[in-house]
Amino acid sequence: MKLRISHETVYGYDHPIRNLVQSLRLTPSVFEGQKTHEWLIEVSGGIRGPGFRDGAGDWIEGWTVRGPTDEVSVRISGRIETRDTAGVLRGHREIIHPTTYLRDTKATRADKGLEALAAGVSEAADTLDLAHRLSAAVGEAIAYRPGVTEMHTTAAEALALGEGVCQDHAHALVAVARLRELPARYVSGYLHSTIDGESHDAAHAWAEIHVEGLGWVGFDAANRCCPDERYVRLGSGLDAVDAAPIRGVAMGNGAERLDVAVQVEEIAQ
Amino acid sequence: MSHYNEMYEHDRVREPYARLREWVDTMPDDFRQMKQAEAEALFRRIGITFAVYGEGGDPDRLIPFDMMPRVFEQAEWRKLERGIKQRARALNAFLRDVYGRAEIVRAGRVPARLVFRNEAYEKSVVGVVPPRGVYSHIIGIDLVRTGKDEFYVLEDNCRTPSGVSYMLENREIMMRMFPQLFRQNRIEPVDQYPELLRRTLESVAPAKCDDRPTCVILTPGHFNSAYYEHSFLANLMGVELVEGQDLFVDGEFVYMRTTQGPQRVDVIYRRIDDPFLDPLCFRPDSMLGVPGLMDVYRSGGVSICSAPGAGVADDKAIYTFVPEMIRFYLGEEPLLNNVQTWTLWKDEDYRHVMANLPDLVVKEVHGSGGYGMLVGPKSTKEEIESFRKKIEADPANYIAQPTLSLSTCPTFVEQGIAPRHVDLRPFCLCGDRIELVPGGLTRVALREGSLVVNSSQGGGVKDTWVLSE
Repeated sequence: MKLRISHETVYGYDHPIRNLVQSLRLTPSVFEGQKTHEWLIEVSGGIRGPGFRDGAGDWIEGWTVRGPTDEVSVRISGRIETRDTAGVLRGHREIIHPTTYLRDTKATRADKGLEALAAGVSEAADTLDLAHRLSAAVGEAIAYRPGVTEMHTTAAEALALGEGVCQDHAHALVAVARLRELPARYVSGYLHSTIDGESHDAAHAWAEIHVEGLGWVGFDAANRCCPDERYVRLGSGLDAVDAAPIRGVAMGNGAERLDVAVQVEEIAQ
Repeated sequence: MSHYNEMYEHDRVREPYARLREWVDTMPDDFRQMKQAEAEALFRRIGITFAVYGEGGDPDRLIPFDMMPRVFEQAEWRKLERGIKQRARALNAFLRDVYGRAEIVRAGRVPARLVFRNEAYEKSVVGVVPPRGVYSHIIGIDLVRTGKDEFYVLEDNCRTPSGVSYMLENREIMMRMFPQLFRQNRIEPVDQYPELLRRTLESVAPAKCDDRPTCVILTPGHFNSAYYEHSFLANLMGVELVEGQDLFVDGEFVYMRTTQGPQRVDVIYRRIDDPFLDPLCFRPDSMLGVPGLMDVYRSGGVSICSAPGAGVADDKAIYTFVPEMIRFYLGEEPLLNNVQTWTLWKDEDYRHVMANLPDLVVKEVHGSGGYGMLVGPKSTKEEIESFRKKIEADPANYIAQPTLSLSTCPTFVEQGIAPRHVDLRPFCLCGDRIELVPGGLTRVALREGSLVVNSSQGGGVKDTWVLSE
């Protein structure tokens, strides 16, 4: 599938800010399922800082905006060709040992609810089967409903609510997989919205579980599937904060407004 | 239990202590009291009142200074020095390895769990090789002596060991108060430490630095218990002491705000912990660090000493594998002993420890400062039983070691001198070379019979001498 992506994030400030520093994880991963043809990152009034590939295989880029300014926009535009690898992250170069992803964070910390959910999934034929079952169980336990959870909602809280968005599904799946001693991580990216009438955010998140023999395999509990050619992978982390496409801090005080617009369109052949 | 007294060989006073013995014997009582008061006044005036090693307690409390020095002969020191440097090389090799291909784990010599699931293991720096491959630039190795030729390493401190200011101040004060002692004895100097530290830091400047490197010390601020040491070292090294807000990232580099405008910084000797270094990489709520610092570090724009993630080498559980590291990376036999350690998450070890609690020392894996530990032979039955319950509740949180017969050194008490137990922390510097100043910080348990040298529990400090040939 050939996709055109445009992603604009605009930060508006009540009072002008200075010395904004950002760390961007906003470049598509390199693996068999993705081939990037064109990718442009622009930060208004910004200076491109260091860029490097980290141990997880993600491309990280630092940007600074000296300011003062009351608005900063981060614009992404690109073209990418995707291929269905049945969720398997094949040909991805990374050196972090998978068991590093067994530790939890605040967002994925287990509680009784998550423990019960993990324990309720019966022993499977193999790890891959178990991972599928865990993903299905999370999809069952948390209904898709925007607006009930927010950025800081933990996996345990979302499970207790029984509702949430893709971030909550991904956190919960990461948590239950780790409870079953499977290395798991949070993945951020884009999803080409299908025209099935349902409202899917084009900015998306899912989980990856490490399966011996196969490597990392993606699971989208929210959509009850494995990532295919509609998915564009950007990067991963222990949780949403660790995998965030944009992290930034500026000098200044006053409220910050945020506008995000993401479009993922299929390019006609 | 009989203890090795460092002043005696059988019944005779050992050569290195001969002159000191004479000095003590001929010292009038009132002179001694006067000098002790003078030493205290000096320490207060300098302002060196912080608690060592983050032990907590009252930061304004003065740590007792004992005027009787501890003495090593040149030959004794040479041997120690070789062992310490060997250990420092192995620890850095280990760090290089576990942030790279982790051969030692692949070879099955260190369990994967202890490395990759360790809280101090930093996922974000996997694959980052700091200049010269050095991760830990200042290693404080805590040693105890149990016999003439027997030394044991209690623990390694690879992050930001403190206490070196005591080593320097103890010497300074001794020289000021007793200049004649330094004429009578040929004592190796330690005051080159700040210069050596600065050279070490400069030697690990990033490749992108094309001028004389600018080094700074990054402190969490004056409320930190070791702030005195941070400013003391900055002053002696002739470098700026900065807080997070004094530094900022612009483009590919880190800069320091100065009255003459921004100045690029090449090497940061940080005295703040990993989680607080950069809110864009670690704790998002940290106000102590520098936003964007880790991106600059990871792309080779600045050096951070010790390197983020270095703490994985000095964990009490990893400690048991240091002799294995020395064999694996250096192909050498360890020159310094590890203390035999039982890890309570292993069933076999657990059974042994629980059956022998009254004879053992039990410590928390992440504990420090002499808190949360049990010294079996010095504890009552009730204390032992209540500690047993704590262990039962969370065995994985504890390790146990035999009670070592710590050596004693002559120490001033009410009536003349008496033996008191001591330990030693030398500070090893790792850059383009590995350097060790001849000396270190000797801590002494001032209470008779006590084995706990921590200042929060009645410990004091001494000047540590290494005699020239």
